[in-house]
Amino acid sequence: MAESHITTHAGLAHHFDDIEQQREAGTLGMWAFLVTEVMFFGGLFLAYILYRSKYPVEFAVASNSLNVTMGFINTLVLICSSLTMALAVYCSQIGKRRPLIVFLLLTMALGTTFLVIKGVEYHEKFVEHHIPVRFPTYEFKWEGHATEGVPVHGESSASVDSGRIEMFFFIYFAMTGVHALHMIIGLGILTTLVLMARRGRFTPEYHSPVELSGLYWHFVDIVWIFLFPLLYLVGAHLH
Amino acid sequence: METVAEITPPRTHYLNATYGVKSWLLTTDHKRIALLYLASVTFFFFLGGLFAAGIRIELLTPQGDFVQAETYNRMFTMHGVVMIFLFLIPAIPAVLGNFLVPLMIGARDLAFPRINLLSWYIYTVGALFAVLAILFGGVDTGWTFYTPYSSTYSNGNVILTGLGVFVVGFSSILTGLNFIVTIHTMRAPGLTWFRLPLFIWAHYATSLIMILGTPVIAVTILLLALERLAHVGIFDPALGGDPVLFQHLFWFYSHPAVYIMVLPAMGVISELIANMSRKRIFGYKFVAFASLAIAAFGFLVWGHHMFVSTQSVYAGMVFSFLSYAVAIPSAVKVFNWTATLYKGSISYDTPMLYAFGFIGFFIIGGMTGLFLAALGVDVHVHDTYFVVAHFHYIMVGGTIMGYLGGLHYWWPKITGRLYSEAWARFAALVIFVGFNLTFFPQFLLGYMGMPRRYYAYPPEFQVLNVMSSAGASILGVGYLIPVIYLIWSMRYGPHAPANPWGAAGLEWRTSSPPPTLNFEQVPVVTWEAYEFGDPSENAESRMENRG
Repeated sequence: MAESHITTHAGLAHHFDDIEQQREAGTLGMWAFLVTEVMFFGGLFLAYILYRSKYPVEFAVASNSLNVTMGFINTLVLICSSLTMALAVYCSQIGKRRPLIVFLLLTMALGTTFLVIKGVEYHEKFVEHHIPVRFPTYEFKWEGHATEGVPVHGESSASVDSGRIEMFFFIYFAMTGVHALHMIIGLGILTTLVLMARRGRFTPEYHSPVELSGLYWHFVDIVWIFLFPLLYLVGAHLH
Repeated sequence: METVAEITPPRTHYLNATYGVKSWLLTTDHKRIALLYLASVTFFFFLGGLFAAGIRIELLTPQGDFVQAETYNRMFTMHGVVMIFLFLIPAIPAVLGNFLVPLMIGARDLAFPRINLLSWYIYTVGALFAVLAILFGGVDTGWTFYTPYSSTYSNGNVILTGLGVFVVGFSSILTGLNFIVTIHTMRAPGLTWFRLPLFIWAHYATSLIMILGTPVIAVTILLLALERLAHVGIFDPALGGDPVLFQHLFWFYSHPAVYIMVLPAMGVISELIANMSRKRIFGYKFVAFASLAIAAFGFLVWGHHMFVSTQSVYAGMVFSFLSYAVAIPSAVKVFNWTATLYKGSISYDTPMLYAFGFIGFFIIGGMTGLFLAALGVDVHVHDTYFVVAHFHYIMVGGTIMGYLGGLHYWWPKITGRLYSEAWARFAALVIFVGFNLTFFPQFLLGYMGMPRRYYAYPPEFQVLNVMSSAGASILGVGYLIPVIYLIWSMRYGPHAPANPWGAAGLEWRTSSPPPTLNFEQVPVVTWEAYEFGDPSENAESRMENRG
C-alpha cells in the first residue's frame, strides 16, 4: 500500500501512487472520451454531408429559413464562455478561489444564455411547423415562404421537394439537439464544480476536475463552431 | 495441473474482505466487478442459447411446424441481439479483462474504479431494456436492424431493443476507456510496453475499437429511433432517405465489433499457448503488433457486408482487397502460436484443450472468411448458411473457446479453488464435438444454397439440418457441464496455490485469490514477458505468496 509512505492528498484516490499519476490518468481519460464524442458526432456529420451533396437546392433553401442573427449571437456567446472557462481553469491552477467561482458562474450564465436563445429559435420553428414530425396533432409543413432570393442555379423554388426540406430539419434538430444536450450536461458539471470550489476542494496541486471539465466545455463549443456554418450559412452566399 | 498438498489460502482476500449485498453492488474493486459481469453475461449466454434451441428445433423438419414464421423471425433476432451485445462483446473484456488487466500490469485497480462500476450498471440497464423488449414480444428485424424494414415496417419492439443496444454500448465505451488509460498510466515500475503480456496488447487493441466504433453505432441507432418515432426518412427511400447509409454506419461499427469479440480471445490464447508450453511466445512483437494491425484494418473492411447492396464495383474491389489484408495479421498470430509449441514442454490441461480448439476453429472460420471476401464467391453464398457457419466458427469457435479456456485457466486465481480436471477435459471434448457437428453441416447447407433466416426449407436439406440440431443439443450439454463443476468447485474444490500452472505473469505472483489491492507490495519488473528461464524463480514466488 503506497499511501502509507507518500504524503497523502485529500484528492488522491487509493489506487494511484501520487497526484501526478492521477492527473495524467484523468487527462488521458478525458481526451479518450472526447475521441468517442468526435466519433458520435461524426455519424451525424456524415449523414449531413451525404444529403447536402445529394439535395443541395433543398438544403440551401431550408438553411435560409434559419435565423442567422440568433445563430451568430449564439456563436459569440459560446466563444465568450470558452474564454471564461479558460480563465476559471487558470484561477484554479493558481489557487484563487473567489475568481474561480465567479468565472465558473459566468460560464454557466453564458451557457444558459445559449440555451435560452436556442429555445427561442426552436419555438420559432415550432410555430412555423418546421419540426419534422408527423403526428395527428402536429405535422411538418413547408409553405416555401423563406425561399425568396434562392432560385438556385436557375431552378425555381417550385421544384423544391418538401420531403427533402424536412430531411434538412431532421438533421438540424438531431445535431443541434444532441449539442444542446451536451450543453445541459456541461451546466450540470459546472454546478458541481461551483459547489466543490465553494467547499475549497481545489488547490494548485489538485484541480484536475476543473481542467478536465474545461476540456469538455471547449469541445462542446467547438462542435457548435462547426454546426453554425454548416447549418446556418449553407445558402448565404447566394444572396 | 500440479497437485500441491495442504495449501493454506490467504486469510483475507478480495472475496472475504467485506460481506453483504451492498459490499458487492457498491464495490469499486475491479475483481468484484468482474464477477458481477460474470454472473450477468452467463445469464445472457444461456438466454441467447434458449433462442438458439428454438431455432434448431424448428429446423429439424423442412416444414414450419414448431413455431410460426413471425415467431421464428423474433427468435433468431433475439438470439443475435442477446448473444452479440449482451454476451460476446462484454464477455472476455468485462469479465477476464476487468479481473486481469490491473493484476497483469501490477496496479491496484483500474484507473477509474467508479466508472468501472458505472459501466456494469449501464450494462444492466441496457440489458433490462432488451429483456423488456423480449417480454413485450421481441423484435423481428434480425440483429442488423436493416432499414427501411426496421424504421418503417416492422411491428416489433425496435425502439426498445435499439435503446438497449444504445445503452449497453456506453458500458463498452467506458470499459475500453478505462483499459486504455490504465495500460498507459498505471504499469508497475519496470514494466515496459514490450514486457507486457500479450493479453494486455490484445485488450489495448480491443479498447481502441470500443472507443472509436461504439459511438458510431450509438448515433446510428439514435437516428433509427428518431426516424421511427417521427416518420421522417433519413434511411427510408420512400421518404427520400438512403437505406445504404444505414448499412454503412451500422457495419462501420459492427464489423470492427467482430474484432472486439475475437481480439481478447486471441489475447487469452497467447497466454495459454505460451504458459502451457513453457516457452516465450514466438515473435512477441509480431503478435503484439498483429493485434493493433487487426484493429486498424478492421475499420477499413466494413464494405464487404455490402457487396450486393448497390455498392459500386470499385468500392467492392477495394473492400475485398482490404478484407484479404486482415488475414495477414490473423495468420501471423496462428503461425506464431504453432511455432511457440515447437519444442515446448506442453501440458494438455483443460485450458490448453480450449486453446487447441480455438486454433482449429479459427483457421476454418478465417479461411472461409476469405471465401466471403472474394467478390464472386460472396455473390453466390451471400445471406446463406455459409455465412452463418463462418461467423459462428469465429464467434462461438473462437470467442467462446477463448473465453472458456481463459475462465478455466484463471479460475484458481479468481476463486482460489481448483476444479475437477477430469470433468473439465470431458466438457471441453463434448463442446468440441458438439460445435463441429452443429456448424460444419451449415457450410454445406449454405454452399448448396440454403438461405439464412428461413424457417422452412426444401426436404433435401433435412439430413444436414438434423445433424446440426443434434450437434446443438450436444453443444448445449457441453456448456452446462462447466457451470455445474465450476460452481461446485467454488465450495468444495481444493484450495489453489498462488501459481498452480507454474506460469509467468504478475497475476501469478500474488495470492489466490488476490488481496483487495492486488499486491502486498508493488512489484518491480526486471524480466521479459514469458520468461521461463529460471524455474526456481517460479517456485520461489510460489512459496512467498502462499502465506
